[in-house]
Amino acid sequence: MPEENTPEEMEVTVESNEAPGATQAPKAPPTKVNARDVNVYYADNHALKDITIEIPENRVTSFIGPSGCGKSSFLRCINRMNDTIDICRVEGKIEIDSADIYDRSIDVVQLRAKVGMVFQKPNPFPKSIYDNIAYGPRIHGMVAGKTDTDELVEASLKRAGLWEEVKDRLAQPGTSLSGGQQQRLCIARAIAVSPQVILMDEPCSALDPIATARIEELIDELRQNFTIVIVTHSMQQAARVSQKTAFFHLGELVEQGNTELIFTNPVDKRTQDYITGRFG
Amino acid sequence: MTDTPANDVAARAEDRSAALVRKRYRAERRFRMYGLAAIMAALGMLTVLLFSIVSSGLPAFTTTQVALNLTFDAGDIDPDGSTDPAKLASGNYRGALLKSLRAEFPGAETRKGRRDAINMISNEVTFVMRDMVLADPSIIGTTQRVWVKSSADIDQLAKGSIDRALPESDRRVNNRQLGWFEKLEREDRVKTTFNTTFFTTADSREPEQAGILGAVVGSALTLLITLLLSFPVGVMSAVYLEEFAPKNRWTDVIEVNINNLAAVPSIVFGLLGLAVFLNFFALPRSAPVVGGMVLALMTLPTIIIASRAALKAVPPSIREAALGMGASRLQTVTHHVLPLAMPGILTGTIIGMAQALGETAPLLMIGMVAFIVDIPQSFTDPATVLPVQVFLWADAPERAFVERTSAAIMVLLTFLIMMNLFAVLLRKKFERRW
Ligand SMILES: Nc1ncnc2c1ncn2[C@@H]1O[C@H](COP(=O)(O)OP(=O)(O)O)[C@@H](O)[C@H]1O
Ligand SMILES: [Mg+2]
Repeated sequence: MPEENTPEEMEVTVESNEAPGATQAPKAPPTKVNARDVNVYYADNHALKDITIEIPENRVTSFIGPSGCGKSSFLRCINRMNDTIDICRVEGKIEIDSADIYDRSIDVVQLRAKVGMVFQKPNPFPKSIYDNIAYGPRIHGMVAGKTDTDELVEASLKRAGLWEEVKDRLAQPGTSLSGGQQQRLCIARAIAVSPQVILMDEPCSALDPIATARIEELIDELRQNFTIVIVTHSMQQAARVSQKTAFFHLGELVEQGNTELIFTNPVDKRTQDYITGRFG
Repeated sequence: MTDTPANDVAARAEDRSAALVRKRYRAERRFRMYGLAAIMAALGMLTVLLFSIVSSGLPAFTTTQVALNLTFDAGDIDPDGSTDPAKLASGNYRGALLKSLRAEFPGAETRKGRRDAINMISNEVTFVMRDMVLADPSIIGTTQRVWVKSSADIDQLAKGSIDRALPESDRRVNNRQLGWFEKLEREDRVKTTFNTTFFTTADSREPEQAGILGAVVGSALTLLITLLLSFPVGVMSAVYLEEFAPKNRWTDVIEVNINNLAAVPSIVFGLLGLAVFLNFFALPRSAPVVGGMVLALMTLPTIIIASRAALKAVPPSIREAALGMGASRLQTVTHHVLPLAMPGILTGTIIGMAQALGETAPLLMIGMVAFIVDIPQSFTDPATVLPVQVFLWADAPERAFVERTSAAIMVLLTFLIMMNLFAVLLRKKFERRW
């Protein structure tokens, strides 16, 4: 029955029809986030220049590039966290599902519920594990009553792969967990409000390799339900978790495309130098 | 080992570095000694201060009582034998007391002798007699042995503060009184008791009846006003400046002004209070409400500065976490930032309150320096506060007020230490690692 075909399978067919022979070619899912000519200024510092990128739905897109090239700045444009910085000015257009998020009719609180964020340093609230998860759903009125909340907390922790480790100590403070657990708690907290996009800014940079591996596995699982954008310093990580990669350099988006292509066959000289470790 | 030049150089370098290490150790030891010496000096001075206050203040916590045979003469107290409480209350107790004193102290018949006898005991004794009669009218016509409070001079004599060997003219107690007192002592009719009066009454001209409670209540009422005004206003200002206000020239100007305000001499706030609250708004003089408003002005900068520091100490990652979850700015502040900053804010507030509690100068300007014998019942009653009470008593010439001054300082210090201790405990309890 044709109706049973998932969109992905259909796209595969379309893709292979268009590019015969390219068996490794990416599927072409719909675009979730569409950025056009985005410029970011911090006072007089022109931090990002004419960034244009499409971020595909239910895929992991990674931003790589040397420190200070503007990866975080761009990530923060997507949930308008830059609004909280007085000196920051954003120009250009960013659409999520074809709706301009910088439009005046958009409420940033609702936008941020739709676009979750995980930060570089795990930053659980200094409250109980339970309250960390329940906070978002509560302020957005997604839960009514205790059983409702309990269920959502459990479900979120399970999806973040943390439930088994913390189910007996939900009342303990989130800050009492290990670094890797704290970061998974932050991921669980982000997915508790059922966002559509999750932004992760170097989520593993403060973690040991084992905790990093767990987060990477988790990211791969979460991709089924969420569109994920991850900033990373580690090219191996970008290669392992992402399907699409964008390389930033000095505020410019130098190169973007299928992760494997970027890593095996970069077009730009700067990308080449970066991934071969000549700077960064 | 041969003495090659290379070896020589190495050996000399080693010598030099050993000398350097020794020198560094010596410098560190010396530095630690300086620090220790500074702390010792500070502690020494504190000890001297506390010792002198406590040693001169402690006697104020005891008082001397003497046992007198009081005759409740029916002719004076209840001439028509009606036993009507209203009439009993207005009986001539002074007459009854004088009769008793004449019987008790030989030589009290003359005018001068009578004055000497009266000056042996506190002038509250007539009220004690009245209260006894009202409580039990059947004692009218009888003679009772009653422990009554001695006068302040006799109290000083009993405590040894008045030297009996001095010539009569240099003594506040004359020979006749001394003789009476020594007779009472021989008959075992003098005792020292805890001075409850000191903790249960307000100021009085008579030292033995003067107490600290009026000033304590005045301080409490004043500080309550100060807290109610300065805490919300201070915290709101700090939250606005720290969390909402754009960082521009205007907020810089405001910041500089607040910091300056914290350094303004407190008497200026008193003058402001006098001009604005008393002269313009015509609020009552000497009232805790005005004192509280003046002290609130003075405490505001302290609270704002402490609150801003506490808010700044909340890591930005917490704000980012909340904003990233889709909390509004107000929710971020009220749900996360403010609760985390609260211990710091409260610590600053308590320290500001402690400052306000010890403040005298601005209150002098608004008339809280008056002599007030009633314990204030409301925010508009005339009142005085602890440090002003200290100021007033320190001005009084009587020996008995000198010890009460020190005792009042002890009470004030006790409150201050308790407040600061509470602030420290609060900080300890809520100290956070992020
Ligand atoms: N809050 C800020 N205020 C001022 N300048 C900033 C701020 N955040 C970032 N920048 C500037 O923007 C540029 C890009 O920074 P960022 O986006 O953090 O880079 P990356 O995440 O790639 O290391 C840098 O030059 C940095 O100095
Ligand atoms: Mg960054």
